[in-house]
Amino acid sequence: MDPISATPAAVEAIERLREKHGSIVFHQSGGCCDGSAAMCLTEAELPPGPNDVVLGMIADAPFVIDAEQYERWGRPNFEIDVAPGAAESFSLEGSDGVHFISRAPTTANDEENQP
Amino acid sequence: MATIEKQQVFAAPGEPGSPVELRDRYDNFIGGGWVAPSEGRYRENLTPATGLPFSSVADSTAADIELALDAAHAAKASWAATSPAERAQVLNAMADAVEENLQMLAIAESWDNGKPVRETLAADLPLVIDHLRYFAGAVRSEEGRISEIDKDTYAYHFHEPLGVVGQIIPFNFPLLMAAWKIAPALAAGNCTVVKPASPTPWSILKLAEVVADVVPPGVLNIVNGPGAEIGRALASNKRIAKIAFTGETVTGRLIMQYAAQNIIPSTTELGGKSPNIFFADVMAADDDFLDKAIEGFVLYAFNKGEVCTAPSRALIDESIYDEFMERALERVRAIVQGNPLDPETMMGPQVSATQLEKIEGYVKIGLDEGAELLTGGHRPDVGGKLEGGYYFEPTVLKGTNEMRVFQEEIFGPVVSVTTFKDEAEALAIANDTLYGLGAGVWTRDGSRAFRMGRGIEAGRVWTNCYHQYPAHAAFGGYKISGVGRENHRMMLDHYSQTKCLLVSYDQKPLGFF
Repeated sequence: MDPISATPAAVEAIERLREKHGSIVFHQSGGCCDGSAAMCLTEAELPPGPNDVVLGMIADAPFVIDAEQYERWGRPNFEIDVAPGAAESFSLEGSDGVHFISRAPTTANDEENQP
Repeated sequence: MATIEKQQVFAAPGEPGSPVELRDRYDNFIGGGWVAPSEGRYRENLTPATGLPFSSVADSTAADIELALDAAHAAKASWAATSPAERAQVLNAMADAVEENLQMLAIAESWDNGKPVRETLAADLPLVIDHLRYFAGAVRSEEGRISEIDKDTYAYHFHEPLGVVGQIIPFNFPLLMAAWKIAPALAAGNCTVVKPASPTPWSILKLAEVVADVVPPGVLNIVNGPGAEIGRALASNKRIAKIAFTGETVTGRLIMQYAAQNIIPSTTELGGKSPNIFFADVMAADDDFLDKAIEGFVLYAFNKGEVCTAPSRALIDESIYDEFMERALERVRAIVQGNPLDPETMMGPQVSATQLEKIEGYVKIGLDEGAELLTGGHRPDVGGKLEGGYYFEPTVLKGTNEMRVFQEEIFGPVVSVTTFKDEAEALAIANDTLYGLGAGVWTRDGSRAFRMGRGIEAGRVWTNCYHQYPAHAAFGGYKISGVGRENHRMMLDHYSQTKCLLVSYDQKPLGFF
């Protein structure tokens, strides 16, 4: 399974943002408030840092995460989706009144593990 | 038998009988007045209690940030020239105005954010008032220092305001986090442009209504809109002398990068995964202290877990685990959920549908990782008008510290519980995290409490207490929880420049030339 995937709606939103802003990049965030979301930024604004890893591409946009955070989260897979409502972060899609979400992709044994 | 009368549920803002007046839409607060957003756009504002819109607020653009900065810069010189006594008077007048409207603002805060009114009445608003008064007092006692270099040479150190600062507020304590930032900035003689969080743009405008008459125009400015648009326009602006931010780590990195590009200071508070550690001796007696410790465990549900310092990892001595958890879970199951405007409600809805979905996702991730669900884990059936609200049960997971639910901030009413064998293991688990914002240590052994407190890599270690936020105690993070501190009079330094006048009283030349 690809470590990074995106829903069709997310891909569409990414294409729109690229038309408007040029090259974009996703940074998986952490911490308070919108901490578990992936932030979409222009590549020029926040290029991957020396301690980041690029996990893959979603719709031709690199998906970046802090290396230690990735290890501590147990090297999960990420599925990027988009939902209505602006987040409070600086993620670019906020101006369109939507926000990206990082989900853990559904796994085969989901049914029996439902809370 | 005496009967306890049920307290009345407060009417929602704008409904008959509510002390909170509601307008259809709210402009930005700029230069002491209400200014429509440049592009004339407004965004619907929902209450998480029902998921329904109740008003609209300005959906601003970068041009509105410039308007606010114009107003702040116009006020900068005269505000900086006020005496500490005059500034203290303004802060005290703000505190008085908030106090006179405490119930109204507590209801507004509850409705905007979803936190129960019993918390806003007893904690959020009283703390807002106290922070304003604290910094009013602190600035009166400020003084510079004089260094005697030699008998003819003296260094006089003065505090001078930075000028105009930018402050970005999180959604979890819309009024209190604003007060944490605004009070020291104003006390130190700065003007500020404040950007509230997108999910909670409104309660601070109600606060602006009640303080508008006592704050000189332009000293306090509030602009609402998307972070992507106006947060960025504010944080990267050449016309601010400092940026303060509370939020997640990637935006924190951006903020520090903008600050580097403009060569200004920044303060970032970026969250945590705070350990709450219970040693075996808490159960040495069945007394008030044990009761306090059990409540200390349940405080993970305070403000529905939307707290940067939420005690979201509970570390329990394995020798008391069964007995301790039996009592703790009983207390968790007694949490009353529902309408945040009902004084009996102990836990309201999460702030947004997104947060709700995220929390649900993390519980699922935890179970997939093999964590055990001890209680909660679902959306409760709140029924009626609240059906569309963002409610989630207080949840307890049991697992081990390497699981993702122990490593990442869930920002909801979910605590991850594990056990330890001895003090060394407790400390190792406590520090095995990316974050270092808060921690709790519970023990009857004062020496151990001290050792643990000094050993934990976090900016705030609550010892035999948790979730207290007095103005006179420094708050901030180690590790990736951020850079800088809030609260305490040291904040006056963080919002000031140091001016050194180096004066020679010697009449003779140096003799070099």
